[in-house]
Amino acid sequence: MSGHSTYIPKSDLARWFESRLPIIGLIHSSFIVFPNPRNLNYWWTFGGILAFMLMSQIVTGVVLVMHYTPETTLAFDSVEHIMRDVNYGWLLRYAHANGASMFFIAVYIHMFRGFYYGSYKAPREVLWLLGVVIYLLMMATGFMGYVLPWGQMSFWGATVITSLFSAIPVVGNSITTWLWGGYSVDNATLNRFFSLHYLLPFMILGVVILHIWALHVAGPGNPVGVEKKSPKDTLAFHPYFTVKDGFALVCFLIFYAWFVFYIPNFLGDADNYIEANPLQTPVHIVPEWYYLPFYAILRSIPSKLGGVIAMFGAIVLFAFLPWLDRSPVRSGNYRPVFKIFFWIFVAVTLALGYIGSQPPEGNMVLYGQLLTAYYFIFFLVILPLIGLFETPLPLPASIAESVLSPVKPPAAPAAATSSAEH
Amino acid sequence: MRRILKDETMSARLHAGLGAIAFAAAFLAFGTPGFSQGENTGSSEAVEGHHAPERQSWSFYGPFGKYDQAQLQRGFKVYKDVCSNCHSINDIAFRNLADPGGPGFSEAQVKALAETYKVKDGPNDAGEMYERPGRPSDHIPPPFPNKQAAIAALGAAPPDMSVLAKARAISRGFPYFITDAFVQYQEAGPDYIYALLTGYTKDDDPNWNAIFPGHHIAMPKPLADGQVEYTDGTPQTLPQYAKDISAFLMWAAEPKLEERKEIGFRVFIFLIVFATLLYFVKKRIWAGLHDEAAHAHP
Repeated sequence: MSGHSTYIPKSDLARWFESRLPIIGLIHSSFIVFPNPRNLNYWWTFGGILAFMLMSQIVTGVVLVMHYTPETTLAFDSVEHIMRDVNYGWLLRYAHANGASMFFIAVYIHMFRGFYYGSYKAPREVLWLLGVVIYLLMMATGFMGYVLPWGQMSFWGATVITSLFSAIPVVGNSITTWLWGGYSVDNATLNRFFSLHYLLPFMILGVVILHIWALHVAGPGNPVGVEKKSPKDTLAFHPYFTVKDGFALVCFLIFYAWFVFYIPNFLGDADNYIEANPLQTPVHIVPEWYYLPFYAILRSIPSKLGGVIAMFGAIVLFAFLPWLDRSPVRSGNYRPVFKIFFWIFVAVTLALGYIGSQPPEGNMVLYGQLLTAYYFIFFLVILPLIGLFETPLPLPASIAESVLSPVKPPAAPAAATSSAEH
Repeated sequence: MRRILKDETMSARLHAGLGAIAFAAAFLAFGTPGFSQGENTGSSEAVEGHHAPERQSWSFYGPFGKYDQAQLQRGFKVYKDVCSNCHSINDIAFRNLADPGGPGFSEAQVKALAETYKVKDGPNDAGEMYERPGRPSDHIPPPFPNKQAAIAALGAAPPDMSVLAKARAISRGFPYFITDAFVQYQEAGPDYIYALLTGYTKDDDPNWNAIFPGHHIAMPKPLADGQVEYTDGTPQTLPQYAKDISAFLMWAAEPKLEERKEIGFRVFIFLIVFATLLYFVKKRIWAGLHDEAAHAHP
């Protein structure tokens, strides 16, 4: 697929360099002439958007660290110092805090796209597993980052989540103490979370490189799920996909800017503008929005250990998707039954997210339990069964055929000129 | 002022429209809509069935929102004459009062104001702490040297007011927490503070508050008509004081709001033009591709 490089250095210097480190040739074959399926739709632009968000989070984060103080009595004030006294500090902080949310919005779209179009199926299982690893690292990074401002939700969120480990039989309490670096969430905890919050994004970057490497071995999937067979099925990465990804990225930035400049605190919790107070528990402890579906699953199971297992299980299930979904057809477009259950699943995760944000009272508990049940039944029962019993729709013979009006009579090539732009 | 009112009406309409759609969706999804599931749900005493504070009209609302300088100056006077007896505002330095996008006091006014305060400094060459008149670079001194002193004097520590307007919110319930993002509702804090200050509606109980969770608030009714003197002819009424102090506290919590919204608008213009250009470039680059493939295909 990626093949050997077709890059021809134009100058003596470039030739000299290329024969010693062929990195320009690598970039050329990966991002210039790389053959992408020509039928990729806009759901495929979120990979590029995520790469941008990772870099933007790293850049804003590195600058924020220059002004932040990871110490329990100073952390909260140092964030306000950034907001007030650092030049454009408010912009850096709001861009970083909302950037985390944008990162998760993009990654959820990216994951559901992969789910719907069967992007995890052979030969892309490792690509998918690397994605699951990135997602887990993102969850850890986001969680630790939320602790750093040392507000009430930072402190109590950290207390609730780290306490989950105490549910592990026998060694649970020892593990929690070890995580905290003491007998409660305190300065030692803040310091290690700060250290890890700085480390993990670079680990994400490393796994992202592996993710892109794996992507370039098989090439991206595509909306019809038929592998590329001839050069007619593909277009060069540049300029076709650079301009398409670029357009999508700028549209995404408009959405991002709306949050940063106009509603910067919309996705945050007001309680996090109150400095952490270990003696005063907030009325409702709510994690950041991107964990809410899993938080709802955690609270749906009456036993603590059971809840923790269900919560982590709900995330780990994604790693088993390539083997739970037995259908030979990749794309949801050609799977009439899967399509219905898939969209129910999307609605269920959104509803679980809403339930996670609400106090666990009255009907909310029951709804949470029913939806949690669907979540697991979908993965473990419905999905494998659909693969066995579903009759898929007929697939197009090739990517090119799916893009070029398939019902066109072969005797009228002149009519092709009138076909609308895709 | 007229523009603001118009914005309010439009946003209210948009709010209602989006709210209705979201409400219908909630109804379908849950049977029982998760409406106003706030902290106050359990309290049946809330006045006239309203749990959430009413939305007020603020000059700093919306994409072109700006603080009203005169209002911030009045709000500061309310803070200085009333609130500052118990509440600190540690993040605010005197110099901030002259910052652009703030109350707009002059440098000379700020200097004169700072000098009326005594600030503890030191140690000096003799190793002793000493008091000196305040400077513009000093932060506004707190009423109590520490939390324990406040508790000893008042029975409870009053919260610091620096970011209070961002630290208070109201649970908006299912449809509104989505529609708020579209109508840029970020004023829950000042709306809450205004409702709280005007919520002391039982004359026989100065600690009863309509909006405070549980209705019993440690702070007795702090403001009353005519308590603070305004020199600009603004009515010296409780609602006016409440409005002005809420606006001042919003500024204290979000002093870069004007700069943020101004830059944001320019960023938006840039991004929209850039996206439009990219759209046409993309269209141009991709044009005719499918025809070409069709010719090559037969």
